[in-house]
Amino acid sequence: MAEGSSQRGAGVATTATALAGLDVLDLPPEARASGQRQVLAVAWRVVWPKALAVIIALAAWELISVSGWKKLIFPAPGDTLSNLWGQLQTGLLWHAIGTTLYRAVLGFALALLVGVVIGALVSRVRPLRAAIGSLITGLQTMPSIAWFPFAIILFGLTTQSILFVVVLAAWSSIANGLIAGSDLISPLLLKNAHMMGLRGISLYCRVILPALLPAFVAGLKQAWAFAWHSLMAGELLVLIANQPSVGVLLSTDQDQSDLVSATAIIIVILAIGIIVDMVFGVAERGIRRRRGLA
Amino acid sequence: MSATTSVTEATAAVTLSGVSKVYGKGGAVVRALDELSLTVAPGEFTCLIGASGCGKSTLLSLVAGLERPTTGALQVGGRVALMFQEAGLFPWLTAAGNVELSLRRLSRAERGRRAAELLDVVQLGGFADKRPHELSGGMRQRVSLARALAQDADVLLMDEPFGALDAMTRDVMHDELDWIAAERGLTVLFVTHNVREAVRLGDRVVVLSSRPGRVLADIPVGVERPRRIDSAPVAQAAAEITDLLREEMRRHGGR
Ligand SMILES: Nc1ncnc2c1ncn2[C@@H]1O[C@H](COP(=O)(O)OP(=O)(O)O)[C@@H](O)[C@H]1O
Ligand SMILES: [Mg+2]
Repeated sequence: MAEGSSQRGAGVATTATALAGLDVLDLPPEARASGQRQVLAVAWRVVWPKALAVIIALAAWELISVSGWKKLIFPAPGDTLSNLWGQLQTGLLWHAIGTTLYRAVLGFALALLVGVVIGALVSRVRPLRAAIGSLITGLQTMPSIAWFPFAIILFGLTTQSILFVVVLAAWSSIANGLIAGSDLISPLLLKNAHMMGLRGISLYCRVILPALLPAFVAGLKQAWAFAWHSLMAGELLVLIANQPSVGVLLSTDQDQSDLVSATAIIIVILAIGIIVDMVFGVAERGIRRRRGLA
Repeated sequence: MSATTSVTEATAAVTLSGVSKVYGKGGAVVRALDELSLTVAPGEFTCLIGASGCGKSTLLSLVAGLERPTTGALQVGGRVALMFQEAGLFPWLTAAGNVELSLRRLSRAERGRRAAELLDVVQLGGFADKRPHELSGGMRQRVSLARALAQDADVLLMDEPFGALDAMTRDVMHDELDWIAAERGLTVLFVTHNVREAVRLGDRVVVLSSRPGRVLADIPVGVERPRRIDSAPVAQAAAEITDLLREEMRRHGGR
C-alpha cells in the first residue's frame, strides 16, 4: 500500500516540513533536567514540607512540656521517643503491628471486593442507581463506631466483629469512587469507543475502567482513612485475649496510666496511617500526571 | 413511515431518504432534521454547511449509527468512521495506543506496525509514544484522524474536525486530508461552518437550512485541484455560497 511520505509528491513533502515546523512550535519546551539531579530535586521538594511539619510539631510539644503544664504526667518528647525506640526493640510491638496490619489489609481487601461489586452494579444498572445511589452516600455519614454494638452482638468479641465494621466503614467510599468516576466519563470518549467497535466486556476493560481510575483511586484513599479509623476503634473496643494488637497495647497503657508509652503507640498509629495514605497519594498523582491532569 | 437503517453494498455510499430526527418527547421536542434526502457517491468528498444548530452533527450521528432516525430511510454502504471536533483521545494511552485500539482485529505485531504506518501518514511518526496531553491540539486531531483511518472505513464522517485549529495548521491539514482521501478513495462527509474550507475540500457543497435542517442547495465545486484556500477561484465560489447563506438567514431573520 502506498503510504508514508516517501510516496508523496513534492507538494506533500513541503506539507510534511511545514507540519514538522508547526509541531515544534506547538509543543511545550521539554523542561526535563538531567536524570539524577532531577530526582534529588523532586525528593527534596517532597520531603522538606513534611520534615518542617514534624519539626514544628516537636517544637510545640517541647514548648508545652517545658511550660510545666500537667508537669507530673505530661510526656516530654525526648522520653516518649526513647520509649518508642525501646518498644521497637521488643517483639511485642512488632507482633502487635503485624496483627493490626493483617486486619487492615484483610478488611480493606474485603471492602474492596464488596465496594467494586456494588459500585460496578450500581453504576451500570439504571434502576439500581436510582434505588441505591443516594443510600450509599448516606451510609458514609454513619459514624462507624456506632456499628460496634451491632457487630459485637452478632459476632461476639472476635476479629470478625472488627473486620465487619471495617468493611462496613470502607466499602461505600470505594463504591462511590467507582460510581462518581463513571459519571464523569466524557460522552465523547464513549462515542469514540462505540465507533471503534468497543462493546461489552472490552468496552468495560479498555475504556470505562481506565477512564474512572483516577476517581477510583481517590475513593480507595478515602476508604483507607475510614478503614483505619474504624480498625482503631475496633481494636480498642474489642479486646481479644492473647492477640496483641496496636489497640490492645494502647488500651493496656490506658489501664496502667502510662502516658509515655501511650503517646509512643499513638505515634505508631499516626505513622502507619500517614504512610499508607502517602502511598495512595503517590499512586493518585502518578495516574493524574500521566494523563496531564496534574 | 417507520425508520429503517441498513448497511448494504449499494451503488451509493450514503443515502438518506426523507430522514427526520426528533429529539426528546412531550413538551420539549426538538426537530433537528426534517425530511432530509441526500445521496453521496462512493469516493465523493461532500461538505455540509449550515447554521449552528441546524442538525449537521445529528446527520453524522445518524449515518454513524450513534442515533436512529425518527422517520425515513438511511442506507450506508460499507464501514463508517467518525471524527469529532475535539479529538477525544483516550488520555491513558499513547498516540500509538490510541490508534492500536482501533486495530484489535489484527495480531499484536501487525497492530504495532500498522499504527506506526498510520502515524506516519499524519506526519506523527516521531510521536508514537507521547500521551495526548503532551501533544498540541493540531497533533491530537491528527492522531484522531489516524485512529479513524485505522478503522479501515469506507466512509469517513468528520464533524468540524479542524474548527479549533489555527489557520496555518488547518491549511496543512487540508492538504493532508486531500491526499489521504484521494489516495484511499474514501467517501467523506465533512461538516464545517467555514464556507471557504468547504470549497477548498469538497467535490460538492451541501447547504442545510436552519433548524429543522433540510437540503437548501447542493452545489458542485468546479475548482480544479490542487486547491489553495486563499486562491481566487476558491474565494469566488465561496462568495457565491455565502450570498446564498445570507439570503437564507434573511428569510429566517423575521421569525
Ligand atoms: N441528544 C440530544 N438531545 C436533545 N436535543 C439535541 C440532542 N442533540 C442535538 N440536539 C438539538 O438538535 C439540534 C441540532 O443539533 P446539532 O445536530 O448538534 O446541530 P449542529 O451540529 O448543526 O450545530 C439542536 O437544536 C440541538 O440542541
Ligand atoms: Mg455540531
